[in-house]
Order: sequence, then C-alpha cells, then structure tokens
Amino acid sequence: MTAATATAPRVLRSPAEIRRSRIIGIIYLMLAAFVLVVFAMGTEGDATFKLAATGDRFEIPDLVLSAAGLSYVAAAFLAFLGGIQLTRGFGKATNIILGLAMAVIAFTFLGWAAAGKSLSLVGMLQLTVVKSVPITFGALSGVMCERVAVINIGIEGMLLSGAFLGALIGSVAGPWMGILAGILVGGLLAFALAVLAIKYRVDQIIAGVVINIFALGITSYLTSSILVENSDTLNRVDIFRAWKVPLLGDIPFIGPIFFNHNFFVYGMYVLVAVIAFALFKTRWGLRSRAVGEHPKAADTLGINVFRFRYLNVILGGMIAGFGGAYFTVGSAGAFDENMSAGRGFIGLAAMIFGRWHPVGALGAALVFGFADSLQAKLAILQTPIPGEFLLMAPYIVTVIVVAGVVGRARPPAADGQPYVKE
Amino acid sequence: MELELKGITKRFPGVLANDRVNLEIKSGEILGLLGENGAGKTTLMNILYGLYSATEGDILIDGRVQDFQSPGDAIAAGIGMVHQHFMLVPVFSVAENVVLGVEPTRAAGILNMEEARRDVRQISAKYGLEVDPDAVIEDLPVGIQQRVEIIKVLFRQAEIIVFDEPTAVLTPQEVEEFFGIVRSLRDAGKGIIFITHKLDEIREVADRINVLRRGRIVGEADPKVVGKEELAELMVGRPVELVVAKEEANPGAPVLEVEDLVVLDDRNHPNVDGVSFTVHAGEIVGIAGVQGNGQTELVEALTGLRTALSGVVRLSGEVVTDDTPREIHRKSVAHVPEDRQRSGLVLTFTVAENLVLDSYYDEPFSRGVVMDWGRTRENARALVEEYDVRTPSIEVEVRNLSGGNQQKVIVAREFSRDVKFTVASQPTRGLDVGSIEYIHERIVKERDAGGAILIVSTELDEVMALSDRILVMYRGKIVAERRPDETDTTKLGLFMAGVTET
Ligand SMILES: Nc1ncnc2c1ncn2[C@@H]1O[C@H](COP(=O)(O)OP(=O)(O)O)[C@@H](O)[C@H]1O
Ligand SMILES: [Mg+2]
Repeated sequence: MTAATATAPRVLRSPAEIRRSRIIGIIYLMLAAFVLVVFAMGTEGDATFKLAATGDRFEIPDLVLSAAGLSYVAAAFLAFLGGIQLTRGFGKATNIILGLAMAVIAFTFLGWAAAGKSLSLVGMLQLTVVKSVPITFGALSGVMCERVAVINIGIEGMLLSGAFLGALIGSVAGPWMGILAGILVGGLLAFALAVLAIKYRVDQIIAGVVINIFALGITSYLTSSILVENSDTLNRVDIFRAWKVPLLGDIPFIGPIFFNHNFFVYGMYVLVAVIAFALFKTRWGLRSRAVGEHPKAADTLGINVFRFRYLNVILGGMIAGFGGAYFTVGSAGAFDENMSAGRGFIGLAAMIFGRWHPVGALGAALVFGFADSLQAKLAILQTPIPGEFLLMAPYIVTVIVVAGVVGRARPPAADGQPYVKE
Repeated sequence: MELELKGITKRFPGVLANDRVNLEIKSGEILGLLGENGAGKTTLMNILYGLYSATEGDILIDGRVQDFQSPGDAIAAGIGMVHQHFMLVPVFSVAENVVLGVEPTRAAGILNMEEARRDVRQISAKYGLEVDPDAVIEDLPVGIQQRVEIIKVLFRQAEIIVFDEPTAVLTPQEVEEFFGIVRSLRDAGKGIIFITHKLDEIREVADRINVLRRGRIVGEADPKVVGKEELAELMVGRPVELVVAKEEANPGAPVLEVEDLVVLDDRNHPNVDGVSFTVHAGEIVGIAGVQGNGQTELVEALTGLRTALSGVVRLSGEVVTDDTPREIHRKSVAHVPEDRQRSGLVLTFTVAENLVLDSYYDEPFSRGVVMDWGRTRENARALVEEYDVRTPSIEVEVRNLSGGNQQKVIVAREFSRDVKFTVASQPTRGLDVGSIEYIHERIVKERDAGGAILIVSTELDEVMALSDRILVMYRGKIVAERRPDETDTTKLGLFMAGVTET
C-alpha cells in the first residue's frame, strides 16, 4: 500500500461558465459590428481632445484623431478580442479584458460624439472624480455595514439627510458645522437601523427602505415649508473651494484630474485608504470581518458581536452623512428636493462591483462617476442622442455592471442575517 | 486545576436539556463523557464555556464559584473548547483564526501577523500539530481544520480542554492520531473532557467515563473493565442490538447504472471524477468516505439537483443524466437528503404538509390548482401511524419535532411510494439510537422488497452494518470495492485516507 500524495485539485469550466464565456465573445463581435456601423461609417471630421486644463503649469498639445479612423481601429480590436474569447478564452483575465473593451468603446464613443468638435478630456475625467464622490461615500458606508453583516439599504436616505442638514446648519453656522450636522444625522439614522436590525431583528431591507422613505419625506416637507421661503438665510451655504495640491497637482494630465479639488475629494481619498488599512491590517478590522463572516465563531472567542455591529453600522452612517453633506456644502451650495437622486443605491452597486473592498469601491464609483460626467458633457456637445437617454446613462451602466459583467462576487458569509444568542 | 460542575440544570422551552448534573475533572486526566444524540452533552459544555447560562447550578474552579457571562470569561479562567461544528472563519488564514480575539498588536491596534505566525509555528512544533500558518481554512481538509482548533485553544493557554464529538469528521487513522494528541496534552498536564457517543473510542482513550442520558448523569464506568454492551445499555437505558439484523442479499437486475460520471462542485473542481458503478435490485450499496470527497455532488447529480459535466446515469436502462429532479423523482426514485433541515423538510410547514412535499401537485392531493386538504391529512395520519412518527399532531410545524422524528417524516414520505431506487445520504446523522435502529430496519425492509439502495455515510460502522457491497470514495474517485465480510474498518479507513494497494 502507498500513501496518496497531495495534489492541487484540478479546476474545470462548468457548463454555465462556458456559456458565459461564449456570450461575452458574441457580445464582443456584436459591439465590433455596432462600432463599425454606427461610429465608423458616415462619420467625418477629426475629434479634438484637450489634455490640459486652463491654468495648468505644463502645456500639452491637444490630441487630434480622425473619428472614423479611431472607430475602425476600435472595431477591429473588438473583433479580435471576440475571436480569442470564442476560441481560446482569456481565463483569469476575462474580466480585465472586458473592462479594457468597455474603456475602448467609451473612448470611441467620445471620438464619435466629438467629431468635428473639441472635447476636454481632462475636464471630463475631472468631473468623473467629482461625480464619484457621493457614490464612493455611499459605497464606503455599505462596506462598513456589510463587513459586519448588516445590509444598509438606507444609505440613500442618509446621504439625503446629510445634504439637507449640511445646507441648513451650514447656512446658519458655517460649512464646517454643516458637515458636522450631516455626520451626526447619518449616524443617528444608522443607529435607528442598527436597533431595528440588530436588536429587533427586523428585516434589514425593510428597515433600510423605511429610513429612505422617512428621509425623503421629511426633507421634502421641510424644504417646501421652511427652506423655500428663507432660501437666502437658511439655504445658502458657502461651498468649499478647490485647492490644488502642490507638486502632485502639476503632473500633466493626472494632476488636474485627481489633485485639483476641494476638501471632500481629498477626504474621500484619505477615507478609502484609512478604511482599507483598518479593515485588513488592524485588530478592529480582523474582528469586524470575523463578525461578518462567522459571528458564532467570533462569539465563542469572546468577541462581542453586537457591539461590533452597532459600532460599525453607526460609523457607516456617519460616512454616508458626510458624503451627503458634499451635495450641498461641497458642490451645489443649496439643498434641493431629493438631490441625492439614487446615488446611495449606486453606491451599493459600487460596493458589490468593488467586492466589498474600499479600494474596489472607489474604482467602481469612478466607473459610475464617468457615466455621470458623460451625460453632463455630452449634453453640451449636442449629439444626436436624445437628452433623456443621456440622463439614463449612469443607471444603465449600473444595471449592466451589476447584472452581467462582474460575475458572482462573494459577500460576507453572514450578510443580512441577524445574530441570535442561544 | 480542578473543575467542578454542581447541580447544573438547563431548561429550554419544552426541553429539560440538563438535569442537576454533577461533574468533576482535574488536570492531567481524560474524562470521557458518553451520551447519545440529544442527551444534553453539548448544552452542558456550552454552559461551562459561558455560551449559555445555566437555569440552576454552579461552576467551581479550585473550589471558587465562577460567574461566566460570556466565552471570554471562560477563556480567561483557562477553559478551552473544540466545538462539534468547528468555529473557524473559512476565509481567514490559520494564523488569523488562531489569534482572533487575542491578537498580538503593535501600536494603535495594528496587527502583528509575524508574531502570530511565529506563535502558531511554536505551538505546532511543541505538540506535533503540523499546519501552515498562512493556509486559508476553506482550503484545508477537516482533519487539519481540527488541528487549527486545537492550536487555537492552546494559544489561549487553556488548562481544561473540551472536545465535543471530535472524531465524527475523522478517518479511523486520523482518530488514532488524534488520540495520540489528546494523550500528549494530558501528559502535558491539561485536563481533557472528551465527548462522544462512540463506545469503542471512549473505552480506548478515557481515564474515567461518565454517562449522560436525557440530561442526567446516570452512571460512571472504568474504561478498563466495562464491556461494550454494558456501556451501550447505560447510555440508551435498555439493551441494544449492536448489529443490524439482515439476511443475505439477493441481487437482481441492475437498477442504477453510473458510467464515467464527472460532476463539478461550486468552485468548479471535478469533485466526482470519472465514477462508475451499478446498484442492483435487492441490494444495498454503501459509499464510504471522509466528508467532502465528492459524495454530496454524486448524490446531487443522481437526483437531478446538479448537472453532470459528462458521463451517463441510467435508471432501469433509461438514460436520466439530464433529467430534472421531478422527472427523476417520478421514475420511482426516493431521496433521503444529507441535510434534512435544509433540503429534506420545510421546517415551518406542518407534518402533514411536509408529507406531501413531493406529490402535492397531483392527484390525489390536489385537483387542478386547489389542494385537497382532507386527503392530505388522511395521508398524514396513516403515515404517522405506520412510520411511528412521534408528534403531538399532524398539524404541528415540523421544526418542533426531534431530529429522529424529522428524519422519520422524510423516510415516510419517500418510502411510501412505489420505489425502485433509494439514495440515502447520512440517513442517521445526529439521531438517537432508537431512531437509528428504526431507520436501518426500514432500509433493510425496502431492500428485501426488491428495492435498489445506495447509502452514503461518513460513519464507517453504519456502512459496514448496512451494506451488501461497499465502495470507498476518495477525491472524487471510487478507490476500492469490498464486501463487508472480506474487510474491516481499519482497511477501509486506509482507503478513505487515500492509501491505495500496489
Ligand atoms: N438552543 C436550543 N433551544 C432549544 N432546545 C435546545 C437547544 N439546544 C439544544 N436543545 C435541546 O436540548 C437537548 C440536548 O441537546 P444537545 O445538548 O445538543 O445534545 P447532545 O450534544 O448530547 O447531542 C435536545 O433535546 C435539543 O433538542
Ligand atoms: Mg452535541
């Protein structure tokens, strides 16, 4: 008799995966055909992309491309990808290649839209970062909550409440107090969610929806009953101005996109880094993740599951409240009914797309932010696409990304389940 | 250290799980706690570990009364526990699991994983518990996971260590190895409480035996002198047959034929990897193997719950490889699933409803879209009577029944039809001896009526007792085929561990 030797298990492709791989391949081919027919044929003129913003220290020449030429190249590239996908497949790189293909299509689309005109690429990407701010804060809030297995659908309501109080308190007591008020109201709503979800074990989706409805109702009511009449005194807040980071802000192309923004954007970078570090490198993070993956195991090791859930959910709410204040204190300067407009839900999508990781969430939020800025910029360029469709862009991208592209991401194992002692 | 449980009573709604239990244990001894499933062993240990609070009674350490509010308190008092269901975070590394809750840190709560790894290696070396500190738990076989649990306990410097049914997931060889570890822990001065319902094991390893029955300590025994029958009687409360009574099998025509079957698991590993076998009418074929060697996927493929990647399954000559579960079910196949609470029953449905889960959609239990509750109840009353399901009423939610009676509901539902082929996974897992005897009897009766039967069990004793033919599964392949009278548990255990004949 001989003992068995340990070998790594073979991995085969399941029928479902083979099907998905084929579908992606066919989609590449269809996209190639689409790019060819819609973007390449009959398009004339050069697209001019501006790569530097006004006031940059270094000047970079504009990028001028033939819109049709760009489209032909893109179509050929997509067809090539489709061919490989259908025959050999990309294996582990499938998703990366998919992302690359999407980027190519987006760029080609811009070329087509800007044919014969000029488009500031740098301005558009700068706007992308700006638009991704509330989405990122929403996603980070979701990461905080779901890492300890509490689903927070109420992020939208927390953003909205943060925006409202940011405007109101900010107008009365200055922007810093506005931010503080936003953080507090976010934390307060999260505390309500925590009590409902953790203590009373109410269905977490329902508890979150209740918070959203409550927040929308009360902010709308207060807006029409108080803010509208006193808009000069109660709904006008000094917004934070942009501040260019020395040195980093002068890097050509990159600088203006990432390092010439206001306080909220830098706050976002810092928060992403801090949460990522805390979750994966500290005792608090290890325990939080244990509580989200296997609360019973955490409990048997003397970790207080309930305390971690309360704490992290409230912190998550405060992050959402802070992100909400951005709408008013960091951007618009005044509150508008339902001004969060679903960014909290898109934040949740970004959290999933980013696989419950803060850095991933930021990346995903940038994708959604790009769709947002696309809509804003194209409206100016006057393309044949109806404005209503442009408005849909962020949501369409959300649906495509969440439903099809990501594949199955694995949430924390206990996500959404209340913990019952005994 | 001396630990004493005094008059511990624990009442759950409707159940007296522990009834004035007294227990003593000192450093440097192995106390065996014997009791059948549902006797209250886990409950007692959860009280000791601070997970439950006792309704009455005291825990004393070196004569001083303890007040454990949470496991943290028990751990601080030097008590460690390896739970029946492992308490490991599957996506964490070994080192992360070991230090969780008592993490070595630098300033500001930053984890010091180098120190954690070093500590794990140190304990590994000291007690011969070899494991890679960076391996991720979900990639490790259960035997190694258990080592991690032991390292966890030792890392917390436990003086009294509780093992709750630790051998249930191990092969016979791993059990021997485990006993070696337990003995070395004892010799290092630890006090061990070893919990089991297996008579041979407790006689082999324990220094003293206490027997728990229906929540009470009913006796003590000296493992060196007590006989197996005597111990069984003490545990169950009446004399028990230790073997399944059955005649020689009389196999007929092939009923189930499996050819070169490949099935992927959820992570796309071919967990069933080219399996071929046949089950004939009138025979019981048992599949032995350590949990996770493809048995689950095999049964799911046979019952249509999982699509096979390749290969053929035939029932009485007809190819059913790609049939849906309902189509297969309608071809006279009975399925007693591995996890009765998750896939065998709808726990919040009544007994009567659960008894028609497989046939509610058709005559006689429904006409068109309307259920015929009269017929459903009639059916339930008849089956409850015939299969001796102990329930206050057929309208009781099935989650209120004991494990044994839940299993009887499933067996009643599955066997009450005209069945040609039966596949039963872990048919007696977690049941009391009375229910085990009953279910074994039913299975043999089904065979004698000409049914083809496939039993999947990780309990080697059960496979040996029931089967007419035994197949051993290891890493998705059938590595041995034996008749029970030409082999023994030691040899089968070697096959289960992947040892092959050359
Ligand atoms: N949390 C609980 N709630 C209600 N009843 C329980 C609970 N835990 C165990 N029981 C009941 O207590 C009895 C003893 O269970 P347990 O201690 O798990 O037995 P053992 O470990 O000896 O198999 C069983 O009848 C079981 O159904
Ligand atoms: Mg138990």
